[in-house]
Amino acid sequence: MRISLTVAATAMLLAMTVAAQAQETEIESLRTAIEELRADYDARIAELEQRLAAAEQSVATTNAETRTVTSAGISRSAAFNPAIGVIFQGQAWNYSEEPDDYVVQGFPYGGEAGPVSEGLGLGETELIMNANVDDKFTAWLTAVLALEDGESVIEIEEAWVEATALPAGFGARFGRFFSELGYLNTRHSHTWDFTDQPLPYQAFLGGQYLDNGVQMRWLAPTDLYVEVGAEWFEGSRYPAAGSANSGYGSHTLFAKFGGDIGTSSSWLAGLSYLDGKAVDRPSGDEDEPLLFSGDSTLANAQFVWKWAPNGNWKQKNLVIQSEYFWRQEDGAYTVEGAAPALYNVDQEGWYVQAVYQPVPRWRVGGRVDGLSTDDPGALFDGTLLAAPEDDPMRYSLMLDWSNSEFSRLRLQFTRDEAGPSDGTEWGLQYIHSIGAHGAHAF
Amino acid sequence: MSRKALALLIALMPVPTLADLNVFACEPEWAALANAIGGPYVTTYSATTALQDPHYIQARPSLIAKVRRADLVICSGAELEIGWLPNLLQKANNRDVLPGNEGYLEASRYVTRLDATGNVDRAGGDIHPQGNPHIQTNPHNIAAVAEPLGQRMMALDPENGGVYEANLADFLAQWRQSIEAWEAKAEPLKGTRVITHHKSWVYLERWLGIEEVANLEAVPGLPPTATHLSKLTKQFVSGGADFIVRSPYQDARPSAWLSEKTGIPDLLLPLTIGGTDEAQDLYTLFDDILDRLLQAKDRD
Repeated sequence: MRISLTVAATAMLLAMTVAAQAQETEIESLRTAIEELRADYDARIAELEQRLAAAEQSVATTNAETRTVTSAGISRSAAFNPAIGVIFQGQAWNYSEEPDDYVVQGFPYGGEAGPVSEGLGLGETELIMNANVDDKFTAWLTAVLALEDGESVIEIEEAWVEATALPAGFGARFGRFFSELGYLNTRHSHTWDFTDQPLPYQAFLGGQYLDNGVQMRWLAPTDLYVEVGAEWFEGSRYPAAGSANSGYGSHTLFAKFGGDIGTSSSWLAGLSYLDGKAVDRPSGDEDEPLLFSGDSTLANAQFVWKWAPNGNWKQKNLVIQSEYFWRQEDGAYTVEGAAPALYNVDQEGWYVQAVYQPVPRWRVGGRVDGLSTDDPGALFDGTLLAAPEDDPMRYSLMLDWSNSEFSRLRLQFTRDEAGPSDGTEWGLQYIHSIGAHGAHAF
Repeated sequence: MSRKALALLIALMPVPTLADLNVFACEPEWAALANAIGGPYVTTYSATTALQDPHYIQARPSLIAKVRRADLVICSGAELEIGWLPNLLQKANNRDVLPGNEGYLEASRYVTRLDATGNVDRAGGDIHPQGNPHIQTNPHNIAAVAEPLGQRMMALDPENGGVYEANLADFLAQWRQSIEAWEAKAEPLKGTRVITHHKSWVYLERWLGIEEVANLEAVPGLPPTATHLSKLTKQFVSGGADFIVRSPYQDARPSAWLSEKTGIPDLLLPLTIGGTDEAQDLYTLFDDILDRLLQAKDRD
């Protein structure tokens, strides 16, 4: 009995102690909770007071456009899907020689190459739409609205889908797109530093090489930028033609390298190669075209160097870039009505340009571009394919003014020693954009 | 075991690599914050320096290469980097850091953005409809970003999660103390009227009760024009403003010119770490901003 009493007493004591401890813990936790609540309320009240003060202040400010909105409210009104942008371009262009007769001896132009239209004219109006398709794909459309002989035409310049979820640094694109061949080839016309493309782009790529196809690329996991890739195209566009090889008519390989030198300079260098099959590829005169069938291979080396003091691009910057092209065409040319004549020549083309922005808004630039070719032989004497006496060359100067990132006015002057007779051309160009505007590549 | 065998065993043992998380920050303040939380377990890289206008950065090959290897990309957002970041993300072929994934963090989502007009009319200049992106000038915003950044780092590198958690708690405790000290120190600045080059300082102004009376840019993002500067001269020649404030990457001439014409002192403030010799980390950034403001106020 005594023992059990002691046990009971001990048990009770223990229970009480535990209970008391539990109570204390509970009280402590309640206290903490209250403290937390109080702190939380204090914080919230402080925040509300701050917001009230802010609201009062913003009401007081006459600046009506400045107000505080929660971020959730904004994204609803400002986020568009897809992002849409329109680019307006046009020019007034003047020639000392008749541009309708313009040809470059030895280099019959194909594709969309050719001089800027004379007088007042409308350039390409680009309609750009892009958005993520889902978590694994993104898509881009560039439709070009243009006037051709007074008729409005819509041309699909780019319509591609890109896989964004590939592992290990791989990227893939399919659809219609500008080839990664060369440096300028992927640039939209509104980002060009001069109104027209340099001579090798005109002569070798019909202005710019774009086609329907697929692209694979890989970026190395290194501090030095190393990108390699390959593309397969239908081969329907100059310098390929006729969708040879059952519609797998051309392919490219490219490798790019780049990095920084200090904080002020950065560079990009690359090598690329295009192997195109041409079947009855038209070039030269539109009504009586020269038709080429055979292989057109093109190799390119590019180098771009950009400089801005401390890397502060907005105030002052300089870009120097150059590309060199080697082309070999091996096949046969047919002039309408005549028998095909074997044609096997090596050609070269190049340009060097520098663009300097001394102060915000203003840029000045110079460019020299040229071509050279082997003589294709006596069979071609007297035709547009015969080698010219002097290598075609041009010298251009430009000055442009950009009120903002979205508007640009340009004055360009070119001395042309590539056409039938040496001449000068000059003009004014405008490039304006509205809506969403994608980030520009290096 | 022979000494040779032991040496071989040691040589073969996996070396614990200290840097487990690669953080690509668009601006130096976020790189510093990631360093404060990650310590030796992170490697950080800042895409921009304090001497560069973060609106205008070239999407350089070196930056693409850095994004390719990043585990986490942290940027101010609110369209500050819209001219270059999308290109880096598109070219880097790194699915883990694309928006919507754990490896992409937009800092300005975690603070109350000011000046969010929702208005996208560019007649008003190069404006940010989602709000002013220069959020780092209020230390409360740094604290607000530290928490989600810490969470992401823990999620991406759970092995070192405990370290990140502890460092985050330490940082926040120390940061809150510093904020109190800064707020006490900045008391005399309340009601100061400033003219700023660009609307880079709205968060600092709201924090300290400073009033922004004008901008040197007539239209946000476009360089100051002569007409606008002469208008400001007339407006402020007989007072109405205490300082003209400029950030290191902005052209010094407009503020110097206006200062000369009006007698209002012009003042260089670091907009981020590295903007001045004194602003070496997050703490000294705010120390220096306040020191410069208070010194100028004393002279006034």
